[in-house]
Amino acid sequence: MSVKHGLLALLERGPMYGYQLRAAFDSATGGTWPLNIGQVYTTLARLERDDLVAALPENEGQRPYEITAHGRDELKKWFTTPVQRGDRPRDEVAIKLALAITTPGVDVAKVVMTQRTSTMRTLQEYTRLKAQPGDLPWLLVLDAMIFQAEAELRWLDHCEASLVRYEPQAVPVPADVEVPR
Amino acid sequence: MTVLEVRDVHRVHGTGATSVTALDGISLTVGAGELVAVMGPSGSGKSTLLNLAGGLDSPTRGQVLVDGTSLQSLSRKQLAAWRRKRIGYVFQDLNLIASLTAAENVALPLDLDGVRGSRRQAEEALTEVGLDGYADRFPDEMSGGQQQRVAVARALIGERRLVLADEPTGALDSRTGEAVLRLLRSKVDDGAAAVLVTHDARHAAWADRVVFLRDGVVADVSERDQPEELLSTP
Ligand SMILES: Nc1ncnc2c1ncn2[C@@H]1O[C@H](COP(=O)(O)OP(=O)(O)O)[C@@H](O)[C@H]1O
Ligand SMILES: [Mg+2]
Repeated sequence: MSVKHGLLALLERGPMYGYQLRAAFDSATGGTWPLNIGQVYTTLARLERDDLVAALPENEGQRPYEITAHGRDELKKWFTTPVQRGDRPRDEVAIKLALAITTPGVDVAKVVMTQRTSTMRTLQEYTRLKAQPGDLPWLLVLDAMIFQAEAELRWLDHCEASLVRYEPQAVPVPADVEVPR
Repeated sequence: MTVLEVRDVHRVHGTGATSVTALDGISLTVGAGELVAVMGPSGSGKSTLLNLAGGLDSPTRGQVLVDGTSLQSLSRKQLAAWRRKRIGYVFQDLNLIASLTAAENVALPLDLDGVRGSRRQAEEALTEVGLDGYADRFPDEMSGGQQQRVAVARALIGERRLVLADEPTGALDSRTGEAVLRLLRSKVDDGAAAVLVTHDARHAAWADRVVFLRDGVVADVSERDQPEELLSTP
């Protein structure tokens, strides 16, 4: 998700000031994605340049923004288009583990265990938040994070079980590299 | 206050060449108001640990103490009474008695000790697990998930100080499983100590501590940050 579409969705509720947008973004994501006010204003400036939002007349030195018809089209398109897995950032944990296996002298089981303990702790924190009362949208965001952490833990269990049977193959050396003897 | 203390416990099944070391030196302390989850691959010793903690099995070496009393120091009769009063279990196989209704199954541990008002307490416990109105049904008149909840109600009823649960959410769908965890958590928040064996990380995450077993030893522990630590984090 982009901050751009997040702000458009919030403005669909009605015109807002920058600081209001920041607070609304914060409460929509339960504080899990903190934005600073500078990010809000640079994003608004870009949205205004692309005619997706319009600035309204200043009111006591503050400028409210509203969504434009063009912005509404863009927002609708965003809601109706699925997010592609490839659009998401690479999974650093998976890459780290793959490298750990092929790097000499690394205790891979330890890498797995350390990650698992950390991810488990994160899951415990989310669950503690979930035990408190909250609005449905926020609880669903929380559930998404909970299921993702759970998936990572299952994958780590899978890695651990696979490592028990793993016999390293010789790492191929690029053909054009002279190996000194 | 410590409720359960497992001190360097070993458990070897069988003897000689065919012997299996299920636990190979485990220590674990669970205090009042604490929920500890135990995770680990199958065969890592989770059920053995739980059976030892509940006095259903004895260690080959080491000690298990509940409220400061070593379970091995009790006679069989004393142990049985001790278990009924202080320890609630939910097993992998439910162990409901087929000829007793839901309420009778739940009230059984109280009835055996002559506690008065057991029927009312059983009905309350059934309501808590979402089985309002099922008091007079027999186990074979209920779904697997409902039977599971009866077993949970039976484990939580009365003044139980220690609740031991071995995969209590196994047969439950995700929402009901979560409801069981919330119940367990609230029993613990009211002052009980509990040990939960589970494969499900989402359920383990309700615990204050998650212990990972591997080949009969504790491989790692994930502890929830204490509020003080959270505050002192820069
Ligand atoms: N009564 C028994 N006799 C012999 N071996 C047993 C007995 N109970 C458990 N074991 C063995 O002890 C190990 C641990 O078992 P268990 O505690 O049931 O593991 P878990 O609950 O983690 O799957 C396993 O290797 C299992 O086969
Ligand atoms: Mg087991």
